[in-house]
Parts: sequence; structure tokens; C-alpha cells
Amino acid sequence: MTNEELKLFLSEKFPSLIIEEGNEWLTYYTEANEWKLLANELCSNISLQFNFLFCLTCIDWKTHLTMVYHLTSTTFKHTVVIKSKLNKENPEIETVCNIWRTAEFHEREVYDLFGVKFLNHPDLRRLLLTDDWKGHPLLKDYEDPINMIKL
Amino acid sequence: MLSLETITNNVHDWLNNHVSSTWATIIEMLIVGLLVIGLFAMLGLILVLMERKVSAFMQIRVGPNRVGFKGSLQTLADTLKLVLKEGLTPKGADKFLFNLAPYVVMCAAMLILAPIAFAKNFQIWDINIGVLYISAISSISVIGILMAGWASNNKYSLLGAMRSGAQIVSYELSAGFSVLCIVILTGSLQISDIINAQQNGWFIFKGHIPAIISFIIFIIAVTAETNRAPFDLAEAESELTAGFHTEYSGMKFALFFLAEYVNIFVVCAIGAILFFGGWMPLHIGNWQGFNQVMDYIPSSLWFILKVFGLIFLIMWFRWTFPRLRVDQLLNLEWKYLLPLSLVNLLLMTVVAIMGWHF
Amino acid sequence: MYRTTDILTNTPNTSLGEAGYMVINVGPQHPATHGVLHLVITLSGETIINVEPHLGYIHRSIEKMCESLTYRQFIYTTSRMDYLSSHINNHCCALSVEKGLQIEIPDRAKYIRIILDELTRLASHQLWWGAMAMDIGAITPFFYAFREREMINDIMEETCGARLTMNYMVPGGVMYDLHPNFQKKVKEFIAFFKSKINEYDEILTGNIIFQNRMKGVGIISKEDAISYGCTGPTARGSGVSCDVRKLYPYEIYSSIEFDEIINNGCDSFARYEVRMQEMKQSLKIIEQLIDNIPEGDFQAKTKTVLKLPKGEFYTRVETARGEFGVYIVSEGGTTPYRIKFRSPGFSNLSALNHMAKGNKIGDLVAIMGSIDLVIPDIDR
Repeated sequence: MTNEELKLFLSEKFPSLIIEEGNEWLTYYTEANEWKLLANELCSNISLQFNFLFCLTCIDWKTHLTMVYHLTSTTFKHTVVIKSKLNKENPEIETVCNIWRTAEFHEREVYDLFGVKFLNHPDLRRLLLTDDWKGHPLLKDYEDPINMIKL
Repeated sequence: MLSLETITNNVHDWLNNHVSSTWATIIEMLIVGLLVIGLFAMLGLILVLMERKVSAFMQIRVGPNRVGFKGSLQTLADTLKLVLKEGLTPKGADKFLFNLAPYVVMCAAMLILAPIAFAKNFQIWDINIGVLYISAISSISVIGILMAGWASNNKYSLLGAMRSGAQIVSYELSAGFSVLCIVILTGSLQISDIINAQQNGWFIFKGHIPAIISFIIFIIAVTAETNRAPFDLAEAESELTAGFHTEYSGMKFALFFLAEYVNIFVVCAIGAILFFGGWMPLHIGNWQGFNQVMDYIPSSLWFILKVFGLIFLIMWFRWTFPRLRVDQLLNLEWKYLLPLSLVNLLLMTVVAIMGWHF
Repeated sequence: MYRTTDILTNTPNTSLGEAGYMVINVGPQHPATHGVLHLVITLSGETIINVEPHLGYIHRSIEKMCESLTYRQFIYTTSRMDYLSSHINNHCCALSVEKGLQIEIPDRAKYIRIILDELTRLASHQLWWGAMAMDIGAITPFFYAFREREMINDIMEETCGARLTMNYMVPGGVMYDLHPNFQKKVKEFIAFFKSKINEYDEILTGNIIFQNRMKGVGIISKEDAISYGCTGPTARGSGVSCDVRKLYPYEIYSSIEFDEIINNGCDSFARYEVRMQEMKQSLKIIEQLIDNIPEGDFQAKTKTVLKLPKGEFYTRVETARGEFGVYIVSEGGTTPYRIKFRSPGFSNLSALNHMAKGNKIGDLVAIMGSIDLVIPDIDR
């Protein structure tokens, strides 16, 4: 589907999605509690079939966190980017491990480096850092006087 | 012509003339013991260097060439290094078995040297059940390996030893059947009889098809028995377990290492005796002139050439083939080689009875 | 780093003695894991029940570091990530900066970049072939693979100045012009390597022991490969068409003739075959380009200090292992606000548990070899 058709389709099904303009691919903002429904629909709908999650990451905007999911379809070759704002004190979002298996490792990495809790994740532990590390390094306000050298 | 046979006869006569016969026997036993130990050491030296040079040749590199003339003293340097290393015994290891295991393996390797005929009339002990004796003693080395694996108190050693034990015990069957095929052609288990029966041609030519099949099975089986690649998963570094000799260091490891190479020599010597005539020169039926020319080459040289040819073949296998997985290895033996060797045995029996051999 | 008791008690689905399961560690230092990878394997006899990778032994926080590096500096951290595809990774970063700044690079630079990319892909596959053979037990092919790889390294050394981490790509083109001997040496290499590829097939591909070790081992179906996010030869061995050079062509790939190799075998042998054919395709690409490098500038004129406009940019290339993506979020400054490197090995490794379940320990080595893992790429 082209971007226009996708826009029409998605705005019909999920009127609460907000479009972000100015990006190369169609980008939508969704609420954290609606993410699971949207993800299910994107993957299983016959005319969408977004079966390939190729990038899962998080950005720290100092006042809030944003989860970014890049999805594409291997059958229709269209791409969409879904973002979701999370609040900084208690960042939580539903996991999508059972929809896209690649999310298991990616979500563990985001939990490790940003502290985002993924609800119902089968095995949410630190991945890259040691089990007893304190803090989440990729947050902008992370302080580590021993390891970080500020120029 | 100066031959080993005349030397031994001269020594024997000289001793009997000068001392009483019991003393002569005792002195002869001592001389033979020293020669065997010397042979063991020399073989280890030569074969390790040969392996390194052959592997280098196949891997387009040079191999050891600094120590001694073109690297000939390399193994000596390596053995010296191993002797000077600290011999660690792991805590919790069964000390008696741990120390005994390398000696069992080494003694088994040395004992098999007894019935092998290195040249005409140059055997330590021409026992009348020569071939059976060899089969029996080679089974003793399995005990040494299992002892080493168990006494190390290390679960990876144990796994490696179990795998190795299973492999050796299975492949002994096929090796035994191949040997039996040749015994059928001769009618005797004695080594000198087997060699003398090849007076007019080696068994691999006289026995044609069954003997060739038997030889191929024999080579595969002895490669597996000596834990050489492609059957070396018991000591493979890139697999999980590091083998039964993980916990050994220093002199004991050197003994395992040398014993492995002497085992290779021994099984190749048996192969040469059974299939290629041992020290018997290449004779073709009744071609008198040809046979006489062949007889000029001394018998010990014939033996050495044949054995080292087979050793080169076994080393060639190691650097060419990837490794078999343990279940594929046991599959190969029990589902393919064993039925094939049984059928081959029947075939050889038919050939021998009907007189269809040369 | 980890206390042993923690691994055993906290690892799900394992406990000593339950139904006779044994838990063993492979790595982090191990001859068969390509880099520092720690696997905790639960075995029942010789059969694998569960494989759990423990990562992070070479985590250098590259993503955090890049937040304080300028747009000219961050490119070279990627050559330390997947050091076998260093040119390709640098290429991706340079492309992303050029996309953000809308820079047009000269044709000569495009040709040079693609030729170096394909040479890097060849070198990476050669090392993969040698290392894989060595893991399976055939030690000799390792030396043959390195003999050819040395030729590529020599070419790189003359032109780029380094043999492994070749910092040669800049936003706008390449750093220096080609060495005068470059064309001649590459042509010699192509002629030499064409005969050697057939030798590789003779030594290893046709060997029945090798085929028995690889066929039917490590099966992953097409849907599972897509779901696990596998890309590159790992996915193409299961029938997924995902070559970035064909789907989202960059530079001049749309005008070069080459095939995307897809194999429907789904097992380790299929992945092996895909990489062998890819080597031949790389040779084909280089042949088409080496005689036609246009004259001109090797670098477009760019400002000294680069500032990407506010926004986000995602660029992807095809490395030897799969799809490498660079996701830059910029706030308009001289350094990126957030960079995410989508590394191919990370997703390929997550499928290891799925592929290894039910196989024997000896197969684990074959599977890891066929996925072609480079751990610094995974840990970043």
C-alpha cells in the first residue's frame, strides 16, 4: 500500500493515532495502553501484514521517554514507524514478544539501558550489563563519576 | 649381506659362548627391553616431527625448521619442555588411578611391539597366537583411557573418556573381522606364517576383492581406534569437552601423547604385515628374475617403507576431513561397517575354499 | 562477573538434577565462539534443551559515546563493531549523514565505495569459511582461506592504510584517492580467486562428512526467520528475500547486474550454500565495476563542521551478516542526540535458541558457524 492508503486505513481503524510529519516513513504516535491492540492489528491484518520488526529503540527526551518501533511488511513492502510516549518516573509498556519474536532481546536491551518495564515479558533481565549494575546508562541524566569522562 | 638377522645370531652365539645359558637369556632380555624403550622414544620423536611436517606441507606452510637441521630436534625440545613442566594433580582426583593411567596405556602400546616382525627373523616373540595376542592387548588401552577420564574428577574428562571408550570398543569389532579375513587365507594366527604365506605375492593382491574391502575397513577401523581424525571428537578442541587427558600435564601428558603415536605405528605395522607382506619384498608369482632383484633390497627397508606409507595415509586423513559427530561415528560402525565386514568374511571364506585366490 | 550460583538459580527452566538435566557453560573464552560469547546450555545427555546467550562481555557503550562525537567522528566507531565488514559499516554511517545534509557525492566516489564494499564482503566470507571449517574439524581450509584474504588485505593496506579497521569513508565520498596499483591488483585477485572458489567447493562442500554435519541441523522456518528479525544469509537460507541491495538500493546498486541468492533449505547447509554463492556474486559485481571507474573528484565539498537538521534518519546497508541500520535522532547540533545501531548479529543470535533446541552439542558449533556471529557487533 502507498502511504496515502495506509493513512486512510489506519485513521479509520485507530482514530486515536497522531501523525508526525516530516519523516521519510509514515510515523504515528500511540498511547502506551493501546499499543498491544495496535501491534496485533498491524501484524495479523491481511492487508497490512507488518511481520518484520527491524528496529526497536527508545529515546530519552529529558521530560519523557519515547519508544520507537520500525515495522515493515515482507509481502507488501510498506514501512511504518510507531512511537509511544512514556513518562519518566514509571515507564511501562506492553511487550510484543509474542507477536514479533525479535522483540525478546531488543526489549531486554531497552530495559537494561533505559529502565523501561515491559509488562508480561517472559524473561525481563539485564542483557548487556552485569546483573548487579545500578542505574540505566543511556538516560541523559545518568551520572557515573568513575566510568564517564566529561570533556 | 649385513642383515639384522645375522647381527642377532652373532650376538646370541657370542653370549652363549661366554656365559652360561641362563645369564645369556637374562642379558638378551635386558638388551631387548632397552631396545624397545629406545624404539618407543625414537618412534615418538620421528612420528611427531613427521606429523608436523606433513601437516605443514598440506597447509602450504613450512613447519618446524629452526631447532636442529630442518627442525629435526623439535620433538626433543618439546619433550624437554614437557618434562620440565609442573605435573598438577587436581584436587579430589583418585591419586592412584590418576597416576596409573598413562602407564597402562604406554605399557599396552609397548607390549604390542612384541610379535611384530621388523625384518626377516627379527621378532621379539613369535608367539603362535600372534594376531590374537595383538587384538587382546590393544583392548587393554581402553582401560587406561577410562581410568584417566574417571580419575580426573572433571565432568568434561569423563564425557570425553566415555565417548572414546565407546568408540574404541565398537571399532575393535570391525578391525578384528578384517584381520580374520586374512587369517582365513593363511590358516594360521602366527605372524611368521602369515608373512611366509605372502612369499608369492602380498595378500592385498592375492586376495583381490575381499582383501581390498578388508583393507579399507581395517584402515577406517584403526583410525577410529587410535582416536585420530576424522574420529577424534574425544580430544577435539573446538567441541565442548577437551578429552580424557585434560587434567594431565608434564611428563604424564607426554606419555599419553607418545603412546598415541606409537599406537599409530603399531596398527600400521599390523596393517603392513597382514595386507602388504610385512618384511616380504614384492614378489609376483613365479617371475624368478624379478623376485631375485626385489630380494636385494633389505627386508627391514621394505618394512619401514610400507609402515611409513600407511602412517602417511593416516596423517593425510587427519588434515583433509572434518570431524564426525559422535552419533554419526557409532552409526557408521554398527550400521555400515560391521554388516559389511561380516559379509566380507563370508565372501573371503568362499574364495578360500573354492581356491579363487591367486 | 556472574556468580555461578546466580546463573543456575536465576536461569529459567534449569535446575540441577531435575529430570537429569545438566547445565554447562560454553565460553566466554572458547575456541569455537567467535568472540566473547557466553552460552549457558541445558543438556539432557547429549541433546540440547535450552541455549541461553549471556552477552555484554565486550559492551563498550558505543551508542552513548557517539552522543558526544561529531558527525565526522562517529563513523569510525562502527568499524570496531563488526570488524569484518568495516568498510560497509562506515559506508552506512556516511550515507546517513549525507542523507541528512542532502549531499550529492561524485560518481567516482560511488564506484570506489562499492568496489571496496564488495571486497570487504569477500574477505569476511573467506574468514567465515575458514573458521567454520576449523570448527567442524577440517583444519586445512583455514590456511587456504587466509591465503586469499591476505591478497585482499594487501590491496586494502595500499589504498586505505590499514588491514582491519580501515577508516576510509567520509561524509561526501572517500578520504583519499585510490592507489595507482589498485585496479591492477584487484584484477589479479579476481583472476586468482575464480579458480580457488571451485577448489573450496571441492574440499568442503562436496565432502560427505561435512554434509552430514550440516544438513538437517539448525532448522528455522521462513516465518520464524522473519519473526526473529533475521537478515542476511541467515534469513536467505530459509527463503526470505531480504537483500538490502535489491530491495532498497543505495549508491549505484540499481544499475549493477547481480543475483540475490535465496535457498529454501532452512538448515545450516542452505546458509552455507548462500554464502558460497554470494562470494561468486561479489566477484561478478567487482568485475563489472573495476574497469569503469569514472574520473573526477573522490570527495564532495562539505563544510568542516557538519550539523544535521532537526529530525530523524534511518539508513540501511547490506553487510556480510545482514542488514545494518543507523538510526540518527538529531536536534540540530554538531553531535547526534541519539544514535541506534541496528546490528544484524543481535537479531540473528536471538534465533540461536530456536535453532539449537533438540540438536546435539556437536551441532551447536555447526549452527553458530553457519549464522556467522561476530560478537562485538552484537554487544556494541
